[in-house]
Amino acid sequence: MSFFKKSTSTTTKAVSQPRQVPWVEKYRPESLDDVSSQDHAVSVLKRTLESSNLPHMLFYGPPGTGKTSTILALAKQLYGPDLMRSRVLELNASDERGISIVREKVKNFARAAVSTPSAHTRENYPCPPYKLIILDEADSMTQDAQSALRRTMETYSRITRFCLICNYVTRIIDPLASRCSKFRFKPLDTGNAVSRLQDICQKEGVKYEDGVIESILQASDGDLRKAITLLQSAAKLHGAAAAALAADPDSSAMQVDPDPSVVTVGSVEEISGRVPHDVITGLVRAALNRSGDRFAGLQTAVEDVILDGWSAAQIVVQVHEELVLSDDFGGSEKNKIVAAISEIDKRLLDGANEHLSILDLMVKISGVLTAK
Amino acid sequence: MALWVDKYRPKSLESLSYHQELSDRLSSLALSGDFPHLLVYGPSGAGKKTRIIATLKELYGPGVNKIKIDSRVFQTSSSRKLEFNVVSSVYHMEITPSDMGNNDRLIIQDLLKEVAQTQQVDLSAKQRFKVVIINEADSLTRDAQAALRRTMEKYSPNLRLILLANSTSNIIAPIRSRTLLVRVAAPSHTDIQEILSQIAKKEKFTLPPRVSERIARESGRNLRKAILTLEALYSQNDKLSDSTPIPTPDWEVVVNSIVDIVIQERNATGILKARTKFYDLLSHCIPAGIILKTLLFKLLDRVDAGLKPEVVYWAAFYEHRLHQGSKVIFHLEAFVAKFMRILERYMSGMLDDDMDM
Repeated sequence: MSFFKKSTSTTTKAVSQPRQVPWVEKYRPESLDDVSSQDHAVSVLKRTLESSNLPHMLFYGPPGTGKTSTILALAKQLYGPDLMRSRVLELNASDERGISIVREKVKNFARAAVSTPSAHTRENYPCPPYKLIILDEADSMTQDAQSALRRTMETYSRITRFCLICNYVTRIIDPLASRCSKFRFKPLDTGNAVSRLQDICQKEGVKYEDGVIESILQASDGDLRKAITLLQSAAKLHGAAAAALAADPDSSAMQVDPDPSVVTVGSVEEISGRVPHDVITGLVRAALNRSGDRFAGLQTAVEDVILDGWSAAQIVVQVHEELVLSDDFGGSEKNKIVAAISEIDKRLLDGANEHLSILDLMVKISGVLTAK
Repeated sequence: MALWVDKYRPKSLESLSYHQELSDRLSSLALSGDFPHLLVYGPSGAGKKTRIIATLKELYGPGVNKIKIDSRVFQTSSSRKLEFNVVSSVYHMEITPSDMGNNDRLIIQDLLKEVAQTQQVDLSAKQRFKVVIINEADSLTRDAQAALRRTMEKYSPNLRLILLANSTSNIIAPIRSRTLLVRVAAPSHTDIQEILSQIAKKEKFTLPPRVSERIARESGRNLRKAILTLEALYSQNDKLSDSTPIPTPDWEVVVNSIVDIVIQERNATGILKARTKFYDLLSHCIPAGIILKTLLFKLLDRVDAGLKPEVVYWAAFYEHRLHQGSKVIFHLEAFVAKFMRILERYMSGMLDDDMDM
């Protein structure tokens, strides 16, 4: 038995090297053709690829829509692996990015002469005569740092192109935004996301129940990175459980239905941090209760939910979905409910106590709904 | 002699008594050799830390228990020196960046990068990565969380993070999407009772079931509090019987007296008296949020059902203000004054709706 265990552990160690790469990195698009569902941006960029003339660019859009992937794929196609190091500078929020860095690092890189590509690289890639500076998460740069970029961008535009990537275009100061051609990245449509996830499942050999892909997409609302990470975590969890069973040869659990390596909808919900639906309906039912001591019922319901550790922000989101999308209530009631929800959401963001906030919200909702 | 809370803290995943499914999951993750970043959340006293330490032991073996405390010095950009305590073993490191207030970003950037850039030195170690535990992750500033994002991806071969938080509400979405969420719910009353009776058995005294039931209820599903209460009871009384009273903590006694004042003396003198008590509590380092919350729930037990929604509304309102304002005493007093007014109006039966709400 001990010998058996040892051998499995050594084999997993040997295999574990490639497995440790997050799928998000592993399945990053290699070329522009692989970028899914951003047709507009991709077609414009492809044209620039042919003419080898790139404007300064500003990519904006919600997280997980492929902004970073697109620019990395473009850079790869422009320069090839050898030149990437000398031609591309990537800075993001984890690097110190105050005004001094813009003045020194960015400026020095922008000023440096363009390196000459080897003959091999020149044959296979366009190798345009300029460098590329990618400023990821540019909306977290300070105003000062952004203003310091203005002149740099113009002065060295002959030999350097900038690509700014951000979630909120409004946080980029106007003078910078007007120097760039803007590309909006829209949230992925369901069809593309589903096919992408199915593709990954197939390549990784993940087994899943019906409805898992849909519930993953619902939990990640348009964020493909989140969806893929979720999928990987779920697969990891179930794979680990299956491996633990397999390592124990005495148990015949392998044949037992259900197979532990199959990803289930329930586990996806648990991992994504979504509150199960019956918890939410339980809360709403307590709020709608017209008989007996409504307040006491509500108070215990809220207390249980909080002590079970559910995230208050998530509860607010799901109560909103439950009530506002429901047909049982009239417009004026929904109006009042939404007003209450927005107030509580702001308070939670300010760090107010979750228990009190949720209790207040539910009491208010209950007051609105039972007022008739 | 160690406190019972520490003495009977489970050391391995198998010996954890409740949330069996969760423990199984953690142990299979630890064995799989492919350990993800974790975000562990749940109310206090639910056993988050215990579970994580047990998981670490599963990952690396007993070496994790040999810990030392280092004091590190960091320099801010304005060249101010900051001291910071780090608890570490050969395999893992535990930090509480929120100790540093607004400078937590610095810790995240410097310390984590430093850890991440060095490989595991001990070649006989079971895992190639090191683990960094970040306590109170929900009080990290936005900046610090943003700095975590890329670090988590870039250094994933050498580093795994375990974030501990009370709730995920204050964790930014990019972090949440990069971690495996693990929810640790508070133990149920039966779970607590079972643990209490086990401890009683090991300490060789008899614990009447009624007492353990009462302790469980008083603790509000907080296991740490329950065990501490049990130990206090045991050391104060020779023999525990059904009628042994459970001592209320001093601060709750003070809150109770505030409740009495607020309900009986609805005038300026009452507020003055309440203020003295509030200062008393605050000077003993009881957080204002907890004072307000306890006060509210005690008040709710004493007022008529018709008043409750309004009282809850104002409590939530002033609790929010506590976080935004600079001086907590103002908001505590404001709540007391507001409550007196609501109650006064209700008592005197003048239920005009045009009162300023």
